Amino acid sequence: MEAPLVEVKNLKKYFPKNKGLFGGKKFFVKAVDDVSFTIKKGETLGLVGESGCGKSTTGRMLMRLLDPTEGQILFEGNEISSLNDNQIRDIRKEFQMVFQDPYASLNPRMKVSDIIAEPLIVHGYPKEKREERVQHLLEVVGLNAYHADRFPHEFSGGQRQRIGIARALAVNPKLIVADEPVSALDVSIQSQILNLLKDLQEEFNLTYLFIAHDLSVVEHISDRVGVMYLGKIVELADKDNLYKEPLHPYTKALLSAVPVPNPRLKRERIILTGDIPSPSNPPSGCTFHTRCPFAMEECKKVVPQLKEISDRHFVSCHLY
Amino acid sequence: MAEKILEIKNLQTHFTSDSGVVKAVDGVTITVNKGETVGVVGESGCGKSVTSLSVMRLLKDTPGKIVGGTIEFEGKNLEAISEKEMRLIRGNEIAMIFQEPMTSLNPVYKIGRQIAEAVQLHLKYDKRQAREHAINMLKLVGIPRAEEIVDEFPYQLSGGMRQRVMIAMAMACKPKLLIADEPTTALDVTIQAQILDLMRKLSKEGDTAIMLITHDLGVVAEMCDRVVVMYAGKVVEEADVFTIFENPKHPYTEGLLYSVPKLGQKVDRLDSIPGNVPTPSNMPEGCKFAPRCPKVMDICRQQDPDLLLIDKEHTCRCWLYQNSEVLEV
Repeated sequence: MEAPLVEVKNLKKYFPKNKGLFGGKKFFVKAVDDVSFTIKKGETLGLVGESGCGKSTTGRMLMRLLDPTEGQILFEGNEISSLNDNQIRDIRKEFQMVFQDPYASLNPRMKVSDIIAEPLIVHGYPKEKREERVQHLLEVVGLNAYHADRFPHEFSGGQRQRIGIARALAVNPKLIVADEPVSALDVSIQSQILNLLKDLQEEFNLTYLFIAHDLSVVEHISDRVGVMYLGKIVELADKDNLYKEPLHPYTKALLSAVPVPNPRLKRERIILTGDIPSPSNPPSGCTFHTRCPFAMEECKKVVPQLKEISDRHFVSCHLY
Repeated sequence: MAEKILEIKNLQTHFTSDSGVVKAVDGVTITVNKGETVGVVGESGCGKSVTSLSVMRLLKDTPGKIVGGTIEFEGKNLEAISEKEMRLIRGNEIAMIFQEPMTSLNPVYKIGRQIAEAVQLHLKYDKRQAREHAINMLKLVGIPRAEEIVDEFPYQLSGGMRQRVMIAMAMACKPKLLIADEPTTALDVTIQAQILDLMRKLSKEGDTAIMLITHDLGVVAEMCDRVVVMYAGKVVEEADVFTIFENPKHPYTEGLLYSVPKLGQKVDRLDSIPGNVPTPSNMPEGCKFAPRCPKVMDICRQQDPDLLLIDKEHTCRCWLYQNSEVLEV
């Protein structure tokens, strides 16, 4: 079997928080708590979950924009979680990121050409070929070469996201971490960007980690999907398995909660009670037991492990 | 014929700015019948929120002004009445829920006081009765520990809870019409499901009509009886929910429906509408959708089509259906 492009093992991120003005007792927000997964070359792994579930933190750690508290990240078999800043800068051209907010992630004082050329400069792309490369990239993402001299404010949300994608592609990365790349866009523009991401993947043999809260979008773009809840992956499976036969009660509830654009379809809906608990004080045992319709005594005490139930279908639940 | 509760006819709301007039709403006709849920769908900048603000007469402190058309609530012209009379309707007979619960609740007042304010004003309850009513409303919207929450501040609640408080506030005076502007957009899916469920229940119990403004076609399919599709300040199509989803006529409605990824649907590529939503300063001539339309004809680029009745209770603004009978506006 081919070695995976990315392998994440027992990744944890605890953000320390001081209670009270004078230090007092230190406690931790467990944003990501023991997450493991692999991404094969050329595939798209989707991470879904609601706000605060740790999906973005996971993506940022993969990019090494955040240092993991514990655990390993292997990129092409090389450990990157322990590299220092200089070493990471060299290797970062292999993985790039597309951000959620196309308004905040582009410097308003820089021209589009400078924004896209910046990673080229950082990674030592020959100066004389730079302009050509920028123009080529603009065309690849569906913009025009004459857009190069404009500033970000002259573009619409969808066009800005294209600029962000061009910047990510500039250094020929192998992996792109896309953190909610379409959630800030209008419906008719979302599909344009999703199609573009799919085309680029084919053309450049890219691997995606696609982070989103919209289950329909994730289903459309991913090969495999991981569902996160309170810092943990609760279910991870091939897309078809996960959407057809969700096993974890949380995945079931999540899927049934998505409004479907078909007025004739009246589905049985699992309405979860209550809110998502705070990650600074997660429930004991299975973190989902406070909202789970099938919670048993065991769930309150023992933390379930992610187990392979059927072929490549992992679930962490005491029911299985 | 169903009883009309709100009738917006050819509404035009324009904003004057240094760089000229922005026609945010430019020809919107919407009717809401008693007890019915009408969805208003469209992308950012299509004028759906400005329409609702116009109905509530909340444009006073903005450069926006209603320059044409009428808004009638139970036969009363809302443009003609005085601010004092409007105040008796606003929050009482017409209530509104906003998108961002954190910015629409006052952070320095306790929850109970914010709900009680409208109750004391409109229902003439005294302080104690109003507080009692506030607690009952909180229970009704499914807030646990209502007796304690009533004395808490908005920051102590989660997003879903705040939106429930907003709904409790809006429903406190049993309005005849509820305008909900993207009520669940800021919420997570499992919380969204709770809130939609609650809105459906309350509207059924109190026979409240809802004008639901959203961009989420899934929410529309689930909640609405009729749907109004807006594009660039105009209504482009209106029909009952089944017709909109199964037999849409306007190319924009079609494009919108096909471009959404659906659960369980396997397609390699999504159909997408090319181009971008036009900006107010860059409005195309003729039909506003013409530059992005796959079925564009010569006439579309020259002249704006009228909103025509093309079938029973199905209107559409498109040159493809120009031979139909003209809708009487």
